Amino acid sequence: MSGAATAPAPARPATLPDRGPGDRLSGLFWRRPRLLLILLVAPPLLWLGVVYLGSLAALLLQSFYSIDEFSGLIQREFTLKTYAELLRPANLDIILRTVAMAGAVTLAAAAIAFPIAYFAARYARGRWKALFYLGVMLPLWSSYLVKVYAWKLILAKEGIITWAAEGVGASAILNAVLALPVVGGNSLSTSYVGTWLVFLYVWLPYMILPMQASLERVPVAMLEASADLGASRGQTFRTVVLPLAMPGIIAGSIFTFSLTLGDYIIPQIVGTSARFIGQAVYQLQGTAGNVPLAAAFAVVPILIMLVYLGIARRKGAFDAL
Amino acid sequence: MTAAVEFLKVSRHFGTVKAVESVDLTVAEGEFFAMLGPSGSGKTTCLRLISGFEKPTAGTIRIFGTNAGNVPPNRRNVNTVFQDYALFPHMTVRENVGYGPMVRGVDRRTRNARADEMLALVKLEGYGDRKPSELSGGQRQRVALARALVNEPRVLLLDEPLGALDLKLREAMQEELKALQQRLGITFVFVTHDQGEALSMADRIAVFSEGRIAQIGTPSEIYHKPRSRFVADFVGSSNILPPAVAKVLGGAEAWTSLRPEAVRLVPWDRSPIRGSVRDVRFLGAGNRVSVILPQGEIAALVPAGLPVPKQGDSVGIVLAPNALHAMEDP
Repeated sequence: MSGAATAPAPARPATLPDRGPGDRLSGLFWRRPRLLLILLVAPPLLWLGVVYLGSLAALLLQSFYSIDEFSGLIQREFTLKTYAELLRPANLDIILRTVAMAGAVTLAAAAIAFPIAYFAARYARGRWKALFYLGVMLPLWSSYLVKVYAWKLILAKEGIITWAAEGVGASAILNAVLALPVVGGNSLSTSYVGTWLVFLYVWLPYMILPMQASLERVPVAMLEASADLGASRGQTFRTVVLPLAMPGIIAGSIFTFSLTLGDYIIPQIVGTSARFIGQAVYQLQGTAGNVPLAAAFAVVPILIMLVYLGIARRKGAFDAL
Repeated sequence: MTAAVEFLKVSRHFGTVKAVESVDLTVAEGEFFAMLGPSGSGKTTCLRLISGFEKPTAGTIRIFGTNAGNVPPNRRNVNTVFQDYALFPHMTVRENVGYGPMVRGVDRRTRNARADEMLALVKLEGYGDRKPSELSGGQRQRVALARALVNEPRVLLLDEPLGALDLKLREAMQEELKALQQRLGITFVFVTHDQGEALSMADRIAVFSEGRIAQIGTPSEIYHKPRSRFVADFVGSSNILPPAVAKVLGGAEAWTSLRPEAVRLVPWDRSPIRGSVRDVRFLGAGNRVSVILPQGEIAALVPAGLPVPKQGDSVGIVLAPNALHAMEDP
């Protein structure tokens, strides 16, 4: 070996000294991985646990109080009187109307979102994918109120839809829709159909995005395996795509359903004068000063969502999670 | 007898990439046919052309004499064992295996019975109620096999089915697949990049290179008489000798393949061909010895039990008769 002629290199150390507080900190986290985990999850847990669950508990508590009909003062005694009041025909109407609207919005959103999400998950690549995200998210960049007022103008009797329908000779269709019992009305902007359209538009991104995420996780090989075994496209859709995408559809429907259940601005601006749960809560805790009944009303969407998730779970919607 | 699968000048191009280029091949009924090649050589595309997931850019594909050009995958009596098995995660094992009959409208009782029968065939009795996620890799592989066989396909396609299994399991599955194929008499078309797998299982092998078939033949032909340097190099660990070296060793002046096990090492004074040992590698069943000759380097396989030279030793070389195979297509 010729190495004898050169001077021996100084031995390089096997460990390196800390360079400063950063190294000491990451060393600490390396020695105690739990510590990092605790530091990461503690703030959100405090936020969720104390602020969210705490206020939920306060809400629940309020709903078991009642209001003195003469003095208008809240009686801080446990009673189911307030819940019984929910069952009065006028209040029950509000609940049923809201649930029906939320259901209709969710179903339509799922039907419209699916092809969009499917295209984005299966075919869109590169620039098309960016365009998809932009297209879905763009409406979320502008103010919710601006969008709702814009829709009021679009749907108004002198609005763009009436004008366009006349232009293409589709006035008859528009009039037929408006002539429908219950959901129709004087114009789209004063009918349930109008409220439904605005809800649908405003919540649609919340349905598309989770749906797209879940469809993206369905491997192409799974669809090929289905076709390979003799399934038609329809059969593959029903037996493979839909069940595998179901968690995403449920996630999306939780958004559209619960957002519709709780909203009080859209039905105020677009639609009939009939009230929805959100409006009832808003008026009861504000002008009417009946906080217990407002709280009881607010508990209704929570219960409905729990029932909904229970059914979805029983139907196996989360089996593919 | 009509061929099970027939390719006539089949090409499949993806834009400017010629994944498969003018391939002719015939798979006989009941044959265990392997498509062997490195990744990107076109073998998987050929498999997908048979299953219908790819359409040929040019050429004709016949399956049992029927032109399959316009037949979608679900109307072909061909089933596939996918590379990652592609089991449906939301279904039980029994539902997975019964999927084929299910989409064909077979009632639940009959298809469950069929599924259990198939599970017994692949030695998975009693696993019907589990989910695929509760199975090991080898068990999933068997479920995929049962699912693909339940429709009694005329051709079974296997896309690197053993790739994800560890060595021991892979060897066991090789034997089982072979036995199953012989028992069922179904034509198997098998894609692999593992030459050992292809050689040990297949009746015939097509070696793919850059979208074309480099050679088709029995394992023995492919192994002993490679047509080209590519085949010799890819199928195992042959010495590939340039014409000058081949001549020195007593062969024709052409590119020549020489199996290491046909090279015998003797004391240096017993042979006119001499060299020195550069490297010895232990392989278990023997030692692979690299010998430097004046004209180049060749490898010899010394079976276990025979004396092994050390690095730097001088050795003589003797070749088995007919060991040199001059390749027609360098």
